[in-house]
Amino acid sequence: MFSNFDFDVIRRSLGYLFLDGMTFTLTLTALAVVGALIFGTLIALMRLSGFRLLGWIAGLYVDLMRSLPLVLVIFWFYFLVPYIGQWLTGASRPVHVGAFTSSLVTFIMFEAAYFSEIMRAGIQSISKGQPAAAQALGLTYSQTMRYVVLPQAFRNMLPVLLTQSIVLFQDTSLVYVLSIPDFLGAASKVAQRDGRLVEMYLFAAAVYFIISCVASFGVRRLQARIAFVH
Amino acid sequence: MNYHWNWHIFWEPAPNGTGNYLDMLLSGLVLTIETAICAWIIALAFGSVIGVMRTLPSKIASWTGFAYVEFFRNMPLLVQLFVWFFVLPELLPRGMGLWLKQMPNAPFYTAAIGVGLFMSARVAEQTRAGINSLPRGQRLAATALGLTSAQTYRYVLLPMAFRIMVPPLTSEFLSTIKNTSVAITIGLIELTGQARAMQEFSFQVFEAFTAATMLYLMINIVVVIAMRFLERAVAVPGYISGK
Repeated sequence: MFSNFDFDVIRRSLGYLFLDGMTFTLTLTALAVVGALIFGTLIALMRLSGFRLLGWIAGLYVDLMRSLPLVLVIFWFYFLVPYIGQWLTGASRPVHVGAFTSSLVTFIMFEAAYFSEIMRAGIQSISKGQPAAAQALGLTYSQTMRYVVLPQAFRNMLPVLLTQSIVLFQDTSLVYVLSIPDFLGAASKVAQRDGRLVEMYLFAAAVYFIISCVASFGVRRLQARIAFVH
Repeated sequence: MNYHWNWHIFWEPAPNGTGNYLDMLLSGLVLTIETAICAWIIALAFGSVIGVMRTLPSKIASWTGFAYVEFFRNMPLLVQLFVWFFVLPELLPRGMGLWLKQMPNAPFYTAAIGVGLFMSARVAEQTRAGINSLPRGQRLAATALGLTSAQTYRYVLLPMAFRIMVPPLTSEFLSTIKNTSVAITIGLIELTGQARAMQEFSFQVFEAFTAATMLYLMINIVVVIAMRFLERAVAVPGYISGK
């Protein structure tokens, strides 16, 4: 059934697909994970801080982001980021922002809502004795968080955080709606140029499948190891 | 900010000739809801079967369920939609492929089935977790009473599991609604698509997206409230959520 297909098109475009497309996807994923983890932890700390107003703002942010589809959020930030840039730099007109920066900001802001829920669960899973003991030792709030609470919360939640990162990796394919050449965008460009939709989309599906499968297998092994240590 | 706000834009006639911009957005909202409900029916049907298979003692059944879940979970939804929309008609025999390509409303059917199958893997995981969360004694007692496997699931395990699963299924349903927006890439003009179209016609970016945001928030609130009633109605007496 594959007799009239040309799988050589994949070999011919491997360089473009991986050097340009996959590099974009993986860089975006890595930077977004780091950014979303930092921002998400801050949101989680705001929600647990005990200051009513801070907690309320953080909760509202998380609920808002979680009730919107990522595609809409991508469009929002694509048009909003130039204005934010203008406001931050005090320029007289909206700043030109590249496709990469725009999508990075989007994914950090969007995924932070999901990461913050994971970190919040992680922080709440730590027994009250830990921060109490830290306080008794004379540590300040930031020291307590930095040296006692967050390292443990992070370690307990590592498998969940990594699973969410795999979801983020898959979600980056949605930058397609901005015609950005990430891995899928690159595959789609070649597919349309050469009229080889079947070959390119099957190949893209296989690559995403293999990467996600290997990564989730790794997470499962890590989970088993952590369960063993406990 | 030198952006020209114009909130009256919603009452101006839209260039597609079907009324004003607000009508455009509302027709998108209706399509989003229709697609989501069709997808959700598919997700629930397939997800429950696969989830049950994963809890059966048969090695073949549980392995098939595992493979199914991994297959649909490890590919981005966007790629899955592309495979259903662009690849499937080419792999089928000529006549059938042609019929698929010429089908009216193809994006709608592709989106409903594609999102439905994607979500069915997640529903399967929730079903499995729901069944496994029941005390072991329930299955054992059913077996001791002489119920067959089918009867055990039909009368003992599933009625309990589904009632426990209402809260996680609520969030899966919300994900289904949100995920229908991915179908914008195969030409389904649902709510996000209409907001984007409105932005392209009218250049009022932020008004269009604000309206879409509000509509999505509204759907979320309605679903959450409805499911809270359902949750209360089906709560198991004796459990924390029960009376």
